[in-house]
Amino acid sequence: MFGYYLQLGLRSLRRNPVLTALMVIGIALGIAASMTTLTVMHLMGSDPIPWKSDKLHYVQLDNWSADQPYSDDGRPPDQVTYRDATALMDAARADRQAAMFKLSLPIQPENAEVKPFQALGRVTYADFFPMFEPPFAYGGPWDRAQDAEHARVVVLGQALNEKLFGGQDSTGRSVRMGGIDYTVVGVLGKWNLRSRYYDLTNGAFVDPDEFFIPFTTGIDLKARSSGNNSCFRSPGDGWDSYLASDCVWIQMWVELETPERLAEYHAFLDRYVDEQKKLGRFPRPLNNRLLDVNEWMQDQQVVSRDIEVQTGLAFAFLIVCLVNTIGLLLAKFTRKSSEVGLRRALGASRGEVFRQFLVESGVVGLAGGLLGLLLTGFGLLAVRALYPDYRTVAGLDWTMVATTILLSVVAALLAGFYPTWRACRVQPAAQLKM
Amino acid sequence: MLKMTHLQKIYRTHLIETHALRDFSIHVREGEFVAVTGPSGSGKTTFLNIAGLLEEFTAGEYLLDGIDVHGLGDDGRSRLRNEKIGFIFQSFNLIPDLNLFDNVDVPLRYRRFPAGERKKRIEESLARVGLASRMKHYPAELSGGQQQRVAIARALAGSPRLLLADEPTGNLDSLMARGVMELLEEINRQGTTIVMVTHDPELAARAHRNVHVIDGQVTDLGAEPVLGRAALDGATATAAIA
Repeated sequence: MFGYYLQLGLRSLRRNPVLTALMVIGIALGIAASMTTLTVMHLMGSDPIPWKSDKLHYVQLDNWSADQPYSDDGRPPDQVTYRDATALMDAARADRQAAMFKLSLPIQPENAEVKPFQALGRVTYADFFPMFEPPFAYGGPWDRAQDAEHARVVVLGQALNEKLFGGQDSTGRSVRMGGIDYTVVGVLGKWNLRSRYYDLTNGAFVDPDEFFIPFTTGIDLKARSSGNNSCFRSPGDGWDSYLASDCVWIQMWVELETPERLAEYHAFLDRYVDEQKKLGRFPRPLNNRLLDVNEWMQDQQVVSRDIEVQTGLAFAFLIVCLVNTIGLLLAKFTRKSSEVGLRRALGASRGEVFRQFLVESGVVGLAGGLLGLLLTGFGLLAVRALYPDYRTVAGLDWTMVATTILLSVVAALLAGFYPTWRACRVQPAAQLKM
Repeated sequence: MLKMTHLQKIYRTHLIETHALRDFSIHVREGEFVAVTGPSGSGKTTFLNIAGLLEEFTAGEYLLDGIDVHGLGDDGRSRLRNEKIGFIFQSFNLIPDLNLFDNVDVPLRYRRFPAGERKKRIEESLARVGLASRMKHYPAELSGGQQQRVAIARALAGSPRLLLADEPTGNLDSLMARGVMELLEEINRQGTTIVMVTHDPELAARAHRNVHVIDGQVTDLGAEPVLGRAALDGATATAAIA
């Protein structure tokens, strides 16, 4: 009977095109508003590396002042000091580990016709690449030995390679950055990062890194991080004082394969901090954290409160649209009372009438969903145009396409429930003038 | 076929009670063609609604083809209505945006007949009323008489045992009315029991028996009925009056 109900539903929609259009547009507008914000929220908060997000952990150590906490809610600092980062890297207790910071360097292209320009990149360790798995178009990452050797090697991002070498395989070629020549060992392909989750301290929705160089090499440059830097007291003068200071400016990630390894590493961090306390550091109570990728994204409020409020408002608008649809469906179904009476007289039970009209509501929802999908596409284009930072998350994926259609059908079914219930309560005798 | 005994139907509001049927008893045998007459407001329509299981009654007993309908749920009443009863309405009650084929298809859908069986029945029914060639036409493209023929085809498609007709010629001119009446007589001759409500004494006279209703009560159960050919062939049916 479902096929029959579907056929009747489609026929009924064609019978009152204006009423149908009002209902479909109403649902489509509500769906589009909801799905535009929901899509942005969904993609902002979605797991960027689901196959291993529970194995990658962000390290936080509370080295802050005894006089004041780093934050009022008791969270430890968002980054670690150079001393702690290098100590943890040297200890190498995790399965993989990568300290990193953001760095801006002037690039001097080989091609004299291209003017020098600044590029933002990342200073990190060889383990970064197997940990975060960026795709390589050419070559590959440097290795741990090259970390130790302070090798002057670079992995170029896709955009920078395009700019410098026209997108060709540039491995083995030289790039002059900050007055030093680096040999290209690898070039990244298109890295579909919705958020730059490995460095949320410098903004989740920013341009991808244009280059990667070894941490040890980056420190040799004595160039300060281009990212955030927090100190609770003056670091003193000079580069060495800065490295020895309590200023936090380095992000530290570890990869731990099992919960047991996680527990072991946590214990190791506690022991490390206890040792540091003996040296007069870490005056505050033990407050080490190892948050996995999703926990870290929540902690950093990647999905901002504003977006949540906007999504809530959009769903409120959807409810208004549905109330309007309820009214229109009531009008439509009331006009069909005589047909209901007739069908009841010809043998339809209340249940059959109920199912028929519910399917008709579902057809309205389906049509509204398809139109809503189109409008959602326009909505996301508008988001991209108005908020360039959100361009990586303002796009529909298959999950959201399916969710849009499903939400629309479910919303229409909910809206149709009361009018349908009313329709199936029609007394046939009253409608048929027997 | 249809037996009502001491039936009562009372419509109640918080102010008044209206006795639409009181101590209403009638027995229609299989194969009969009964005309129900009476003035407006006498209870004819209420009788037909109850007979067609479209309304419940307040008290009494109603056996339809031997089945006590009292206490049947909505599904049971709907199924019984679909299988045993065909309706013919004064205003035809065709669904305007369905063509003739799909209009006749409606009761068969609820009967869960397979597609092939439905098609066969629809074609046969429309052929029986002389409209086989107009299956794809819509009701608005037909005359009143033709529309009533479609309604009759719809009522017959499910092979009901009982046909309930409410002023079947009330909206037709005399020529068309005669055609419809002849069709009903033909159907009755083939064995279908017909109960017809009418104001028209000429039409009522063509039924086997006239039942007169006044103030919700049967006042005249009519003369000894002359049964249709099928019933006579069965040689079992006799007039029976409750």
